[in-house]
Amino acid sequence: MRWLAYLRPGDWLVMAAGAALVGATLPLLWQGGFAERAIIRQDGQVFAEVDLGSRRDFAVPGPLGTTLVAIEPGRARVVADPGPRQYCVRQGWLARPGEIAICAPNRVSVQIAGRTRAYDSLSY
Amino acid sequence: MTASVTELRVTPEDRRVAWLATAAVALSLVDAAIPSPLPGVKPGLANIVTLVVLIRYGWGTAVWVSGLRVLAGSLLLGYFLAPGFFLALTGSVFSLLVLGVARHLPSRWFGAVSLSILAAFAHIGGQLLLARLWLIPHNGVFLLTPLFAVAALVFGTINGLIAAKLLSDTPVAETTR
Repeated sequence: MRWLAYLRPGDWLVMAAGAALVGATLPLLWQGGFAERAIIRQDGQVFAEVDLGSRRDFAVPGPLGTTLVAIEPGRARVVADPGPRQYCVRQGWLARPGEIAICAPNRVSVQIAGRTRAYDSLSY
Repeated sequence: MTASVTELRVTPEDRRVAWLATAAVALSLVDAAIPSPLPGVKPGLANIVTLVVLIRYGWGTAVWVSGLRVLAGSLLLGYFLAPGFFLALTGSVFSLLVLGVARHLPSRWFGAVSLSILAAFAHIGGQLLLARLWLIPHNGVFLLTPLFAVAALVFGTINGLIAAKLLSDTPVAETTR
């Protein structure tokens, strides 16, 4: 290998240290645990809290109409919402703990939770 | 008659810095043209120039070239004083600081690849820090650290190899334009 000629002994050491650093940061990818539950709220009150284990659908009534929420193994999403801008629908599937889709006009939110309840600034 | 004429003396050193900064700016344009799967993951080709300059002309010249590159590159790409500019600036400052220390490593053992990897990690470390403190004040920023770290290792190694090749291919006399 021609390129190997440009590597000095210490370079291997630095590369190994870099690889070790990468390995040390890997757990960060799973920080917050796995998605285990979905919490559906209506007007701030918990409407339903479901395990992300099976396939289920929810129809949540709100001031504008009905928001449809789909639960699948490991993920959840808002399927349909009467709100004008459809932000929560276009957000698509939520699969990580802490992720949340808020349909503000219809006052419905869907949040993913892991084993440990991860608070973010929205909770305060 | 003009009362006073400010005479700008252009030293050969100035010309050299300008040439090298131009090369670095050109490479950052190439960098920006390469599509990236994740904002922040870029090859950082311009750092090859910084490395070559550091090893051949010293730290002071490297600071000039790197600073001019960030300034001119951001003006050309239209993100001057936007968040991206401060991210680039922070990354450059951090990697230059680390390079300032790391260049005293014995060169018999540690070559351009070592410097490149250390600089790449300092670059991404500084950027993550700025992003956490200023842009996204939430620890969620660090979720993507492993991806950035892998990119730093891979691109740091590749850029270091290219810099080492450039340094060995061009004799000292040729590059002192």
